[in-house]
Amino acid sequence: MATKQIIRMTVNGEDVELLVEARESLLEVLREKLELTGAKEGCNNGNCGACSVIFDGRLVNSCLVLAVEADGKTITTVEGIARPDRLHPAQRAFLEEAALQCGVCTPGFIVASKALLDQNPNPTEEEIRRFLAGNLCRCTGYHKIVLAVQKAAAMMQEGV
Amino acid sequence: MAEEKKQFRVIGTRPIRHDGTDKVTGYARYGADIHLSGMLYGKVLRSPHAHAVIKRIDTSKAEALPGVMAVITGRDLPEVADRLEELGEQVTNIRDESHNVLATGKVLYHGHAVAAVAAVSPHVAEEALKLIEVEYEVLEPVLDVLEAMKPDAPLLNPNLRTRGIGEEDGKPSNIAQHFQNKHGDVEKGFAEADYVVEREFRTTMVHQGYIEPQNATAYVRPDGSVTIWCSTQGAFAVRSQVAQLCKIPVSKIKVVPMEIGGGFGGKTVVYLEPLAVLLSKKTGRPVKMWMNRAEVLQATGPTSGSVIRVKMGCKKDGTLTAAQATLIYEAGAFPGSPVGAGAGVIFAPYRLPNVQIDGYDVLVNKPKTGAYRAPGGTNAAFAAESVVDELARLCGMDPLEFRLKNGVKEGDRRADGPRLPRVGYLETVRAAMESDHYKTPLEPSPDPTKRRGRGVASGFWFNGGGPSSVLVKVNEDGTVDLIEGSTDIGGTRASCAMIVAEVLGLPAEDVHPHVVDTDSIGYTSVTGGSSVTHKTGWASYLAAQEVREEVIRRAALLWSVEPAEVEYHDDGTLTCKSDPSKKTTFKEIAAQMNRTGGPIEGKGTINAGGAGPGFGTHIVDVEVDIETGKVDILRYTAVQDVGRAIHPAYVEGQIEGGVAQGAGWALTEEYYYDEKGHLLNSSLLDYRMPTALDLPLIETILVEVPNPNHPLGVRGVGETPIVPPAGAIANAIYDAVGIRLTRLPMKPSYVLEELIKAGLTS
Ligand code: FES
Ligand code: FES
Repeated sequence: MATKQIIRMTVNGEDVELLVEARESLLEVLREKLELTGAKEGCNNGNCGACSVIFDGRLVNSCLVLAVEADGKTITTVEGIARPDRLHPAQRAFLEEAALQCGVCTPGFIVASKALLDQNPNPTEEEIRRFLAGNLCRCTGYHKIVLAVQKAAAMMQEGV
Repeated sequence: MAEEKKQFRVIGTRPIRHDGTDKVTGYARYGADIHLSGMLYGKVLRSPHAHAVIKRIDTSKAEALPGVMAVITGRDLPEVADRLEELGEQVTNIRDESHNVLATGKVLYHGHAVAAVAAVSPHVAEEALKLIEVEYEVLEPVLDVLEAMKPDAPLLNPNLRTRGIGEEDGKPSNIAQHFQNKHGDVEKGFAEADYVVEREFRTTMVHQGYIEPQNATAYVRPDGSVTIWCSTQGAFAVRSQVAQLCKIPVSKIKVVPMEIGGGFGGKTVVYLEPLAVLLSKKTGRPVKMWMNRAEVLQATGPTSGSVIRVKMGCKKDGTLTAAQATLIYEAGAFPGSPVGAGAGVIFAPYRLPNVQIDGYDVLVNKPKTGAYRAPGGTNAAFAAESVVDELARLCGMDPLEFRLKNGVKEGDRRADGPRLPRVGYLETVRAAMESDHYKTPLEPSPDPTKRRGRGVASGFWFNGGGPSSVLVKVNEDGTVDLIEGSTDIGGTRASCAMIVAEVLGLPAEDVHPHVVDTDSIGYTSVTGGSSVTHKTGWASYLAAQEVREEVIRRAALLWSVEPAEVEYHDDGTLTCKSDPSKKTTFKEIAAQMNRTGGPIEGKGTINAGGAGPGFGTHIVDVEVDIETGKVDILRYTAVQDVGRAIHPAYVEGQIEGGVAQGAGWALTEEYYYDEKGHLLNSSLLDYRMPTALDLPLIETILVEVPNPNHPLGVRGVGETPIVPPAGAIANAIYDAVGIRLTRLPMKPSYVLEELIKAGLTS
C-alpha cells in the first residue's frame, strides 16, 4: 500500500486538509481530489505549462510538484484568478484579442500571464515571449497571446 | 447563391466568443475533467517492440492486485469484419481499427495497445500493468518505405495485397495501394521545356501535437445502455465506431462531446473509447482513461513520413510545360496514409498541360497514421514549391511573378481530375506582391555569422462539407439558442451564432450556441476538412431562415395581414408594407410567441456539398546561423483566400496557428526511431514544437473571394495555412545560403551538415 500523509494547504483562499499518497502530484490532487480541473495535464513532465499554478508566489508546473510538498503552501489556480464580479485583465484581454482557440492551454497561459504581470507590469514583446516559453499552445501560433498580454498590461496600467 | 450585395451587420465583426468566459476561468469541462460516482481509472499496457508475435498473455497477477477491478486483452473485443468508415478526411477500416485499439496475434509498432486495466486509482492501474506478463516473439521491423516496398521485406500483414493499377502479382506486399493521376503527356511536356528540375525529398512522421491528450470515460449501465464522455472532433463518429467495434447498436450509445483541447484531425479515430466501454461493462462502474504524452506520440495517429520525387519543366519565359511526381507515404501499421490528398495538393496551384502523379501507400512498423491538418499536403507542397522556386530562379523570374504566370483560376483542371470552381489563388499572389512585407527589402544581418533570405510558397486545400444538423429555438426574452452537433475547436460556436444573428437581426451575443450530445441533435459529421463554418454555418443559416419566416407569420397574424405584407429588416425590426404605423421587433414577437401559436423553432439539416477550395501564398524571412545551422524566422506573412471571414479574428487565428504548425514541421519536429523501431523522442521536450520564443508575430492578409456555392460565401480556412510554410522556409534558406534542402525537418544538425558540405562553415 502506498504511504499516505495528511497535508494542509490554502487553495484559492480556502484552507484545505486532505490525505494524499506520497506518489501523487499536486496536479493530480487538484484535479482528481479537489475537482479543480482548470489546471490541465498536457504532458505530466514539465514540458507544456498547461498545469501552471502559483505556488507561494512562484509560477510552477503543478505536475512536477508532489502533493506532499504543498503542505503549508498557498496555491492559486486559474479558478482563483477572477474576482466574483470581474475577470482579471489577462482574462479579459485573452477574450478580446481572441487569444484562444481550443482553450486547453488557456488556464496555464492565464496563470503565467498573471505571474508575469505581477512581477513586470510593462513587459516588452521579447520579455513576454521569454516568460511564456514554458507554456505550449498548439492552436494560436502565440501571435494573439502576445497581443493579449500586452493589452492586459495596458489595462492594468490604466487601472481598468 | 452567395449574398454578394449586402452590408453585413454581424458577419465580419469580432464579438467575444460565447464559450470564452468558461475557458479563461478554468470552468470549461474538457474530457479528462469529468468525475462520476464510483469512477474507476483505466490504463493501457503497450508493446515495447515494433514488430512481434504475442505468444502468451497472463493477466492473473494483475487481476489479483488489490484495487484492480478488471483486465482486458484483444480477446475481449468481438471479431469484426472489414468495413470502411468515413471520418471526414480519413477513411478507416473497422477491422484494422479493432486490431489497432487492442492488438491480437501481432503487435505492429512500439506502443501498440496489448491490454488494459481498470482500478481504483491511476497508480494502482499502472502497478497492475507491470504485473501483466506478455511473451513476445520479436520479429524484424521495417521502418523505411523504400525498404518496405522491396519484395523480400518483412511483411506486416501477410494477407495484404496491393490495390494497384494492373501491375499486381497477387503476392503479399507492404504496398497497400498504388494509384496514378495523369493527363496530357509528360514526356512530350518535358521535351518542350527549356529547364527541367528533378529532385527527391524526404520527410519524417510528425504529430498533430494537440495539448490535450486523448481521453475517454464510459459508463455501461446494467440495462446495456452506454454513455461516453470524450474529447472528439465528432461525437457521431465515435458513436458509430464504438458501436461497430463493441457490437452495440448505435441507439444504445450516447456520446457526450466534452470541450476538446485541439485535434487537427487526430481526434476522429477512437483509441480509448472502446476500451473504456469494455472495462465499464466488466466492472459495472464508470471508467475514465486518458493517455500520457508518450502514449499520444507513440500510439495515436501522426501523419506520414514520405519520399517524394518531383520533376517539373518550364520554358525560358517561365511557362510550365510538365510536372511529374511520385509520392510514397508511410501508412504506418495499417493502410490509409493521406497520399491521395498529397497527390491532389502537390501541383494544385499550377496550370499544367501535362502531369503525371504516382502515389503509394506503404505499411511500416510505426503507428497507424491519422489525419493531420491538410493531410498529406505540407510535405507534398514542400517538394513541389522547392522545385518551382528553382525553376523561377533558372528563368531569372521573381518567384511570385512565376506563380502569377502559371497559377490556376476558375475552370482550370486539377491533376486529380475536377475543374476548379471560382477560387482566389491569383488574388493571393497579387496581394502577396503588394504586401508591405514583400515590398520591404530584406536587410542583411549585421552579424557576419548569420545569413538572411526570403522565400515564398503557395498551397492548396480542398476543404470539405458533409451532413450537419442545427436547431434554433427562440426564448421569450428575445434571445435564441443554437443547438448544434459540431465540436468547437477554434471558434465555430461564434461563427455559427454570428450567422444566425445576421439572419435574425440580433446582436451576436443574443444567440447562445450549444454543442450537444448525440441524443440531442441530428447527425453531424466530424469537425474536420475545414467544414464546420461551411456545413454547420449553412445549417444554421437554414434554421435561422425558418425562424425568420415564422416570425414574419406571427407578425402577420398580429396585424391580420398576409405574410407577404410583412417586411423583416436587417436590424430585427418588422414593418407592415400597407400600414406604416404597424411596427414590431423580433423581441416583441418572441415575448408573445406562446400566445400567438406557441414556441418558435427552426431547423436546418443539410449534406453540404459545394465546399470552396482554399489557396494561400506565404512570404517568410529567415536568418541562418552558419556556425550552428539554426534557422530563425524573422518575419512571416500569410495571405489566404478565405471566402468570407465570418469572425475575422478566428480566421486570422486559424492562419497563425497553421503557420506555426507548418514552421514546427519545417524546422524542429520529427519522429525519431532507432533501428529496432523504438520511438526515441516521445516527450514534448524531445518532440520539439514551436514555443512563443521560436516565432515572430505572424502577419495575415485575408483575401475574400466568396464561395459562390455557399449562401454566405464561406470557404474553409483551417487547413490551407499549414501547406506552404515548409516550402517557403526551405526557399528562404536557399535564398540565404544557396543550399537546396530536401529533407524535413531542417533542424540545425542537418543544416549545419549541408553548410559544411558547401564549404560555408567548418
Ligand atoms: S502537464 Fe505539467 S507541464 Fe505539462
Ligand atoms: S488554444 Fe489550443 S493549445 Fe492553445
